[in-house]
Amino acid sequence: MLFALVLLPLLGALIALIVPDNRLRPLILPVIASIHLVLAALLLGNTPGPSAGGWIWLDPLGKITLLSISLLFTVCAYYAVGYLAYRQERSNKILCMGLLICLAAMSLVTVSQHLGLLWVALETTTVSMAPLIYFNRNARSIEATWKYLMLCSVGIGLALLGLFFLAYSTFLAHHDATLLLGPLMASARDLNPSWLHAATIFLLVGYGSKMGLAPLHAWKPDAYGEAPGLVGALLAGGLVNCAFLSILRVYQICLASGIEIQFFQKALIGMGLISMAFAAVFMARQADFKRMLAYSSVEHVGILAIGLGLGKGALYGALFHLLNNGLTKGVLFLSSGNIHRSYSNKTTDVVKGVLTRLPWSGGLFLAGFIAITGSPPFSPFISEYTIVSSAFIEGRHWVGGLFLLFLAIIFIGMALTVLPMVMGAPPADIEPTDYRDKLLTVGPPLFLMGVILLLGIWPPSFLVTLLQDGAVMLGAQP
Amino acid sequence: MIDILIHCALALLMPPLLLGVIAKTKAAFAGRVGAPYFQPYYDLIKLFRKGSVFSVTTTWVFRAGPVITLAATLIAALLVPLGRHAAPVSFSGDMILFAYLFGLSRFFTTIAALDTGSSFEGMGAAREVTFSCLAEPTLFFALITLARMSKSLTLSTILTHPTPANWLTAGASMLLLVGALFITLLAENSRIPFDDPTTHLELTMIHEAMVLDHSGPAFGIILYGAALKLFVLGAVFANIALPVATGNSFADWGIFIASMLGLAVTIGVVESVMARLRLVRIPQLLVGATILSAFAMLLVLR
Amino acid sequence: MSAFADQLLVLVMLINLVMLGTSRLLFCIRAVALQGVILGILPGLIHPISGHLIGITAVIILAKGVVIPYLISDAVRKAHIRHEVEPYLGYVPTLLLGAVFTALSFAFAETLPLAPEHKDLLFIPASIATLLTGFLLLTTRRKAISQVIGYLVMENGIFVFGLLLSEAMPVMVEAGALLDLLVGIFVMGIVINHISREFSSIDTSRMRTLKEE
Repeated sequence: MLFALVLLPLLGALIALIVPDNRLRPLILPVIASIHLVLAALLLGNTPGPSAGGWIWLDPLGKITLLSISLLFTVCAYYAVGYLAYRQERSNKILCMGLLICLAAMSLVTVSQHLGLLWVALETTTVSMAPLIYFNRNARSIEATWKYLMLCSVGIGLALLGLFFLAYSTFLAHHDATLLLGPLMASARDLNPSWLHAATIFLLVGYGSKMGLAPLHAWKPDAYGEAPGLVGALLAGGLVNCAFLSILRVYQICLASGIEIQFFQKALIGMGLISMAFAAVFMARQADFKRMLAYSSVEHVGILAIGLGLGKGALYGALFHLLNNGLTKGVLFLSSGNIHRSYSNKTTDVVKGVLTRLPWSGGLFLAGFIAITGSPPFSPFISEYTIVSSAFIEGRHWVGGLFLLFLAIIFIGMALTVLPMVMGAPPADIEPTDYRDKLLTVGPPLFLMGVILLLGIWPPSFLVTLLQDGAVMLGAQP
Repeated sequence: MIDILIHCALALLMPPLLLGVIAKTKAAFAGRVGAPYFQPYYDLIKLFRKGSVFSVTTTWVFRAGPVITLAATLIAALLVPLGRHAAPVSFSGDMILFAYLFGLSRFFTTIAALDTGSSFEGMGAAREVTFSCLAEPTLFFALITLARMSKSLTLSTILTHPTPANWLTAGASMLLLVGALFITLLAENSRIPFDDPTTHLELTMIHEAMVLDHSGPAFGIILYGAALKLFVLGAVFANIALPVATGNSFADWGIFIASMLGLAVTIGVVESVMARLRLVRIPQLLVGATILSAFAMLLVLR
Repeated sequence: MSAFADQLLVLVMLINLVMLGTSRLLFCIRAVALQGVILGILPGLIHPISGHLIGITAVIILAKGVVIPYLISDAVRKAHIRHEVEPYLGYVPTLLLGAVFTALSFAFAETLPLAPEHKDLLFIPASIATLLTGFLLLTTRRKAISQVIGYLVMENGIFVFGLLLSEAMPVMVEAGALLDLLVGIFVMGIVINHISREFSSIDTSRMRTLKEE
């Protein structure tokens, strides 16, 4: 069953390669995605044991990530059918294939218990997403694609070196180099400290650059800004989650080693705060609303890192935030994609009065903005509140204080971009486009908004248990 | 005693033969018969029989230049071990003296050139000084590496230390050193690819430009001094590149003479197959040679 | 045998320095290919012969020595370029910086303890030096092709270290890593082609439109 998670989207990619009709091809996406979601739900219910010699297993952390990825992908898949109906001027073969291969790779990330396999899967997601950023085929998007490809590949390469260091430290310890998570955690105390330290640094830098932690986030604004909204949603919700899972695995090993965890936590908090600071500074006066969403992603990656670095009570918040951030970014990116299609422009000097011109997409964008900046009753409020309150409870007043300060600045900065966009009247001289809010382009983000609202008011008990199990794996007291 | 005599005889008499061999090799490549092997000797004899003409703008520096250059090179020749025999003069730290004797000779050649007040000499002097500034670290790194390997600061010990066994264990360093030293050899002696000794266009000259104004015996001294410098540096190179030591003294001398002639042929071959580099590329090549010898030093110091 | 491995690693580090100093792109590509071939030979020198080893050797030599250089040369040919334009940092300073990095990597390697059978081998200095050389090439060169070559050199550096583990690492992971590299280079080649068509050049300093105002 676990293999089916990975093989099914690959089969879908093969079908997408074969189908010649540009109109029919997008239909593969929701079909495969729905089956994938059902599979994931079944696996969450009754999890099979480890297979392939312990390489493949779905543990609670993997389950959380799988849930968020699968849900987001399904919603995006339905959206894609509506969106691609408007973009028939281009062939969507590469887009469909890339999306499905990426889903396969992301699923593999969630089930790998072998760090080498995890790395291979993560690199596959990098490479498979690169052509998708270039969907719009203009000079800006090729520049964005190049930066993304170069920076992410270099980062992943450094992560590989970190993995090799880790394997070598096990080789030194007991002459049996292994990268399986279980044995690594079991022997973590015996690992040579200098090798482990070097490995941690490289892994943090490598996976951090993939996730978009400042100061390694330089590719994010360009890549998210130029990619179509659909691709941006998967980058911000899917790839970030996968990269975060990789960092969680490193966290588990550091926790088991006893001494390394202090450094790792400090580094995470430091990078998290720097990310929020970068986001706060650059979000102000951001005229391009897609770049603004990229900086919002940097901010939330920072929040995830801070939650992880604080440990204890904040771990629940960080894991919950993984889910919330992915879904909310989905809403934001999908609706921003609609707005871009409607106005043929993505800067705020042209885009005004969205609520009037596109009531549904504008409303969703506004609601998404309110959710992502942490307002109740939406779920990001709960996760961010958990992290901040845990910071103050543990006595980390500076961290908590800075966290709140940056959140406030980001709220103001984002509002300065979003509110003029959605309020007011559309400019009179805008050229008419044939985009109208349709069910397929509005329904999916609306559904996501509903999920976020539900999670904020009444999180289902299975989810709460799952998150608590995940937090225990990371060292929280049950 | 015999060894010292042979050493002095070789050092005094062999250098012009090297120039002759190089010229013959180049002629062979060009399909010509070329000048006889002993042509440089005939040239020297011819020059020494001529009278001198000194420009009125020059001072004593101009006359002293060639003499001091030759004197410094002769002392260096006494410091270098030829073949596998110890040098006539050796003491701890003489490798520093060795390097700076060449510095002294270069200094006097340069100021003698500047003394004439001619623009061509000045240009040649400026170029020569720049390039030798880049070539000197190479020599020093090489000497330091060899000193570290043989754990001594005496030139005789350093240069007689490399044996085929050494080559196998520290092969990489030795190869790097050989490469770096060969480049330095070509650079210090103004051979292609750094400088064309047969050019007659002043703007392309480096070394030749500096000696444009010398004539008669002074020019003869300069020519002989240049050949002696090639001989001395070539002997250093041969000691490292061909570390063959039979026990027999005369066999070693024979091997040494053969290796020097072989080196001359090699230089001739290099001169025939390459063109002179553009002046902007020369610093890059010299820095590359420095890095090679620094790398060799790094490997040995580890 | 391991002494010979040392000499080969010295050759790898030399190739790094050569690549830093040259501006001819096809020569750079051949140098990277030669590095890849040496990396393929190295496991045979330090690990006992086995079927797994022979397989890995063949695959590495094929992938790094033949296929990847072919992909890049293809991209070079399609973009009609031969030389790197003046890089952000001149050739001589780059060369000196590369030499400094090599020296630093020797110093750094002293701090990491090695297993007894790997002691005194040059794997760690060679790995870090190659990694840093790749970084230098990646960050200081303007042409996209040179950046890809820098990325390859970086991967070679990481691979050098991985060779110490080739007995212990499972085939799947090595194969997966190599495959990812191959596909990555393939995609990069295609992107370079698009860049060349879009900008009529692959000088990345022309790609300056995306930045903060």
